[in-house]
Amino acid sequence: MGKPSDLVQGTLDLLILKTISLEPKHGWAIAKRIQQISNEVLQVQQGSLYPALHRLEQQGWIRARWSETESGRPAKFYALTATGRAQLEREKESWNRLSTAINLVVEGA
Amino acid sequence: MRWLEKFRLSLMMLLRRRTATARLNDELEFHLQEQTAENIARGLSPSEARFAALRAFGNPTLVREEAISYWSWSWLEKFVRDVRYGARTLTRSPGFTLVAILVIALGIGATTSLFTIVRAVLLRQLPFRDPEKLVMVYEHFRVATEGDGFNVVSPADFRDWREKTHGFQDMAAWREYGFDLTGEHAELPEVVAAAGGSWNLFSVLGTPPALGRTFTPEEDVPEGRHVALLTWSLFQRRFGGDASVLGRQIRLDSTPYVIIGVLPRWFTYPDAHVQLWVPYASTFSAKDFDAHDMHQSHVVARLKPGVSAAAATSEVGALQYQIHLANPTKPVAEEARYRPTLEDVVRDVKTPLIVLLCAVMCMLLIACLNVSNLLVARGAARRKEVAVRSALGGGRLALIREQMTESLLICFAGGLIGVLLSIQATHWLASRWEDLPRAEAIHVDALVFVFALGLVFLTAVLAGLIPAISSTGSGVFAALQESSRSIGGSSSRAILRKTLLTVEIALTVALLVSAGLLFKTFLRLRTADLGCAMDHVLIMRYGLPEKQYDTREKVVAFHDSILERVKSLPGVRAAGLISTAPGDGWEGDDVFTIPEHPSSNFQLQYDALVRTVDPGYFTAMQIPLLQGRFFSDRERLTRDHYLVISKKFANQFFPGDNPIGKHISILRMDGNEPYEIIGVAGDTLWDVTEPTKATMYFPILSGIPDQTSEATIVVRTTGDPLGLSIPIQQQIATLDPALPVYDILTIDQIVGKTTASQSFSATLVLAFAALSLLLAAIGLYGVLSYLVTQRIREIGIRIALGARPGQVLQLVLLDGLRPVFIGLLVGLVAGAAAGALIRSILYGTSPLDPAVFAAMVGCLLITAVASCALPAIRAARMDPMLALRDE
Repeated sequence: MGKPSDLVQGTLDLLILKTISLEPKHGWAIAKRIQQISNEVLQVQQGSLYPALHRLEQQGWIRARWSETESGRPAKFYALTATGRAQLEREKESWNRLSTAINLVVEGA
Repeated sequence: MRWLEKFRLSLMMLLRRRTATARLNDELEFHLQEQTAENIARGLSPSEARFAALRAFGNPTLVREEAISYWSWSWLEKFVRDVRYGARTLTRSPGFTLVAILVIALGIGATTSLFTIVRAVLLRQLPFRDPEKLVMVYEHFRVATEGDGFNVVSPADFRDWREKTHGFQDMAAWREYGFDLTGEHAELPEVVAAAGGSWNLFSVLGTPPALGRTFTPEEDVPEGRHVALLTWSLFQRRFGGDASVLGRQIRLDSTPYVIIGVLPRWFTYPDAHVQLWVPYASTFSAKDFDAHDMHQSHVVARLKPGVSAAAATSEVGALQYQIHLANPTKPVAEEARYRPTLEDVVRDVKTPLIVLLCAVMCMLLIACLNVSNLLVARGAARRKEVAVRSALGGGRLALIREQMTESLLICFAGGLIGVLLSIQATHWLASRWEDLPRAEAIHVDALVFVFALGLVFLTAVLAGLIPAISSTGSGVFAALQESSRSIGGSSSRAILRKTLLTVEIALTVALLVSAGLLFKTFLRLRTADLGCAMDHVLIMRYGLPEKQYDTREKVVAFHDSILERVKSLPGVRAAGLISTAPGDGWEGDDVFTIPEHPSSNFQLQYDALVRTVDPGYFTAMQIPLLQGRFFSDRERLTRDHYLVISKKFANQFFPGDNPIGKHISILRMDGNEPYEIIGVAGDTLWDVTEPTKATMYFPILSGIPDQTSEATIVVRTTGDPLGLSIPIQQQIATLDPALPVYDILTIDQIVGKTTASQSFSATLVLAFAALSLLLAAIGLYGVLSYLVTQRIREIGIRIALGARPGQVLQLVLLDGLRPVFIGLLVGLVAGAAAGALIRSILYGTSPLDPAVFAAMVGCLLITAVASCALPAIRAARMDPMLALRDE
């Protein structure tokens, strides 16, 4: 396995929204979760994660709440809002379109 | 729901920002701790684990800043930070700040005031229904020798136009008129300016009365029912706003009139002087109402939908040509012309107002350039600071924004003071400016504040952008390399400042030249010779009501006895009677023929002013007798077919011929009547701003009611002329207690009244020009002082190597004066252009008057040399040792 590939531009939002779609998570957990699910391929830089979280929050797609972790320490948990869920669907759809198109080009011809 | 949530969020971000920032720190710290914990679990020591976590995390400050930048209101936060920073920088140099704020305050204040006035007077529509559909229609003589080509209309022409053309929806007419107003029992006499309006005038304008009704067609006929409409101001002033005046009687020229209505408060058309209205036709005799050659009325027409003013007027013009052909022996115009009603009302003040507005905008621009110049100088002083900040990662945009904030702060403070000044100044201007039409419509409103705010931003950008861009440009790092021992200053910066200065000087010169021309005009007018005695002369008017003074004998008896009484008053050197005193206006003219020079057709140029005088008038006013004789006591009552003519009349109509004993013939009620010329008198001016006009003097002691019942007593006194006004009024009251006198003035005051507008605009433009000159001087001084500081070491070396003080002085002076010379040349061209634009309001001077140009160039050069001298002398006296050691 080579060097962890950079995230495809513009897909960070999709990954974050998807990751917290099942249950609210804090920033650390979101980064960890993306790393795990992608088999360590996708490394989310903290430098982009937190600005992205704050941007999504300002846009009203996710909502933050402080509560305690399993170990009893306070952390900021992000949850999907209704509009965020709709946004997730939109992003998924456009991602599917894009990846299908790329696949067609790469596999075909 | 969604926007509600957003609103809640943004409100929270605004109000609980400190908490949010602390929370963000907590969040990032939590992340680090988790990472540290994971690293410890992997077997690292606690301190190593923490470092590894930090390494993986990157720059926490950067992450934090980036996250914050997505928060709402972050622009506000930045702005507040810039403002705080800017304010701190500004308070560090309070002198500069104060000067800059004052300069901008003056510029913005003056511009806002002029804008308020221009908007109210020139731009805002008249307060009528669909005012853009109203035009004024005038007659036009093809061979007019004077005037602007818009000739007032004869009543019969107006009536024909209204009946026989159909291009306009409707046409109405009005004429100025005057009355002696008294109460029902002849009490409280006063002279009021009035107007006669056709019955449909108020419906054409779209003005329903505030009380009562307007005129009916049946009332609008000669000898019709005597009814009157009050304006709101007369209604309030004389009748205390009591609505029961409707149906009551007043006396106008001793005739009872019934008050039928009151006009609304805002109705001040054609101007605020008109106090009451009577039906149009009632101001004419039946014969005059049918005249095509008696021009005195103004015609207002309302456009028909879909018909242009030009088309409708050309129909009127075609009819007018038929009328002209039908009256070949009379002065009847051939054509008709129109102009918008608003233009008609403001035509006299349009040019002066625009000139003033241009002058203040020029001044504002100069103020901007000056502040800009000062900011460039400060920018130079802060070059290293800016360079260091750029090197540490300060974005260029952020740096520009910061500097712009500074100029915005200056302009905002200046604007605030300026608007406060302007509210006062507007008030003062509107009340001081005599005869400013629509002055009552001037007030400061929201739009004026919006305008002022716009000016603030505009000046901030103008003043701040050039220095901000230039001080943050690509060459900024050069400042770091520039050793403190380098010799040459930054030359690009100096060029920028010199360019700004050149523009400033050019604008100042243009302003100075315009001001000089206007001031010379004003001086010429003030010292103009009316052609008669001007010192210690009092005038006073009265008009004998035709109802009581209905025979020649009665009129002559009054004139005779008042003259006799006035002449015997102590302090009176001489007294005379004339219908209208020199300088006091046109009054009236008449056309005539000369039997000795027969001409088959009517000719327009056979037209002269008409005055009636008593035998002693010319001597009393020291008007010279050039030929023949003045009137004697013999030319009175029916022996009145004699006249004295003015020099201009003799030159114009009897060139190279002796006019004495010749005749002129005037069309009177009973056909042509011949008058014999008995003398030629010196010329007088009817208006100080106009050239003289041929004048005919008839004997006032003919006593013909109507023609000689209006009279002006002119009195030459030994002492203060105004001191005699009460004694003379008492004499008049003894003769007829119900007779009001008016226009009690000295000749000086008449001239002052006529030239008030010129005096006003000349003074204002001169004040603006002087201020601009001061600003330019400050700018020049600033630039040169800066240049000298920049070159201090170079000058030190020159002196050390043996340069004499004179040479250094020359070097620095030339450096400073070069932009002055270039600016002067550009400014002279601009000044000549400005002079051509204001040609129409100049008098007794040409737009290229060499004296004015020379004076203004001299004025500027002296100021420029004076403001350059100080830094130059300082440079020449410099101690080279100190200069070389300068860091």
